Amino acid sequence: MTGSGGIWRDFARRLLRNRLAAAGGLVILFFFLVAAFPALFTSRNPDRIDVSVILQPPSAAHPLGTDDLGRDVLARVVYGARVSMKVGFVAVGIATAIGLVIGLLSGFYGGRVDAVLMRFVDIMLCFPTFFLILSVIAFLSPSIVNIMAVIGLTGWMGVARLVRAETLSLKERDFVAAARAQGAGTARIVFRHILPNALAPVLVSATLGVAGAILTESALSFLGIGVQPPTPSWGNILTIGKNYIEFAWWLSLFPGLAILFTVLGYNLLGEGIRDAADPRLSGR
Amino acid sequence: MSGPLLAIRDLRVDFATEKGTVRALFGVSLSIDPGETVGLVGESGCGKSVTALSILRLLPSPPAIVRGGEILLRGENLLDLPEKRMCEVRGKAVSMIFQEPMTSLNPVLTVGEQVAEVFTAHRECGRREAAARAVSWLGKVRMPDPERRAREYPHQMSGGMRQRAMIATALALEPSLLIADEPTTALDVTIQAQIMALLQEMRERERMAVLLITHDLGVVHDFADRTAIMYLGRIVEIAPTKGLFSDPIHPYTQGLLASLPGKGTGTARLSSIPGAVPDLSSVPPGCPFADRCPYRQAALDRFRGGADSRDSLGICDREDPPLFEYAPGHFAACHYQRAMRGGGAS
Repeated sequence: MTGSGGIWRDFARRLLRNRLAAAGGLVILFFFLVAAFPALFTSRNPDRIDVSVILQPPSAAHPLGTDDLGRDVLARVVYGARVSMKVGFVAVGIATAIGLVIGLLSGFYGGRVDAVLMRFVDIMLCFPTFFLILSVIAFLSPSIVNIMAVIGLTGWMGVARLVRAETLSLKERDFVAAARAQGAGTARIVFRHILPNALAPVLVSATLGVAGAILTESALSFLGIGVQPPTPSWGNILTIGKNYIEFAWWLSLFPGLAILFTVLGYNLLGEGIRDAADPRLSGR
Repeated sequence: MSGPLLAIRDLRVDFATEKGTVRALFGVSLSIDPGETVGLVGESGCGKSVTALSILRLLPSPPAIVRGGEILLRGENLLDLPEKRMCEVRGKAVSMIFQEPMTSLNPVLTVGEQVAEVFTAHRECGRREAAARAVSWLGKVRMPDPERRAREYPHQMSGGMRQRAMIATALALEPSLLIADEPTTALDVTIQAQIMALLQEMRERERMAVLLITHDLGVVHDFADRTAIMYLGRIVEIAPTKGLFSDPIHPYTQGLLASLPGKGTGTARLSSIPGAVPDLSSVPPGCPFADRCPYRQAALDRFRGGADSRDSLGICDREDPPLFEYAPGHFAACHYQRAMRGGGAS
């Protein structure tokens, strides 16, 4: 309880003490580096076709083997990380932004505003999200931008409910009344006193949301309406893999592992953040 | 003198609840002169805090509805001000400190940032200067090591230190009126004395008026120039503090003073006021205190026992007594005392 910068340092310390969360964080950090500096991890061009080395098993020249067009699987998985990370972050960014705005409006103003916005959330939740995404993408052209937008626009309801609930309880807190009594206007109350106090659960849900968005993107790409070849994505590598799964296991295994570890990493980190943000849970 | 700093006139506030309308204030009138300290005393739920929050227009609405009256700050009716102007009044002309220092500070901002906020919110100066002025104010309220404490978060401080930070925030723009809503209730006794001493010092240095809300008669006795006693949404007696303590007129005030633990007597039972506060949603007509009033009960007993041929205080059940002036500045609302002592209309 001494020193300054207290709550953030306490938070970081609790987070790092949680081994699983730290491991998850390391995995994500690793994939971040892969996405940011792909050239460090492979020297090959992911799109270069070489029909002389079709469906080669892992070897020194191609550590993760090659696909049906002779492209290097390692290079494709490495460049595929970019797509996954980008989709995950942008989609969750969109969802969180919408969720924050709707949740704050709903919780802070209450009454009719709240009723209308929450019914809208209920309606959005009625759609089976994945099929909504499928049909929207079927109408629009399947591109990375559309995928990020659609995943983001269909994934904000949870955040909105979370933020609304937090706002409802925070706006009754004494420090909000005290800030008002000092002459703080509505904008200042909302953005300086309510929002920062509501961020911890939002951070948790965003972290878990990135995992979900990456899974959704992989699934869409797997079904062929996500990221379009030749741009590599973990999902569309898997699609090719399923055709040859009986004898070319490496085509399915490595992108599958990449998805598994990334999603696991985000989930572990997200749960770690939740526990670290709420010290009451740390004993469990 | 150029008139009162704050004049509340006939303020009536209702709360709309599921069970119907509950009246919280039944026409409260109170004025505070520049530099004056007025104590507002009463038990829980009598409307002290509602009165205070009405001044700053901080009552949650709904459910609160201001039914009537006016709150004049230097002649300007706060109830008519647009919200934007009201934000300028809050913190600058009138500021408030709350009962619970443990929860009145934002847990994610440093104490320095929160004191500084009052400067930036009122566009007094830039961020950097605000931070410096915050540290200097923390020093003025005797925060130990203000430079370092300004960088700490509320959870790193004790209740007394947090209340000092709250006071620094409330005084930072040198308001002409400070509303202190039970500023020491949540603190240890020793800290209470320190905080009251600090408020006293600040009041003298800044020459500001204070509306001190409390249920601690001892604090009022030491601190307030005038004292108002509230009961069930009304001011039942208001007087210079000395006069109130030496010659309480309203039976409720008399009961409150009699219930104070005396000095030295030790073994005697503490006295209390019989009965309980009526439910605010169904206040009977007449004097709100009649049910618990010893004078009223005595009159009833005499009437029922046949000693009196008529109920001499029947008026208590019919009419809500208005305030009468018994001595200069000493008002009380009691039919019995009016009949016994006489006195001019308020």
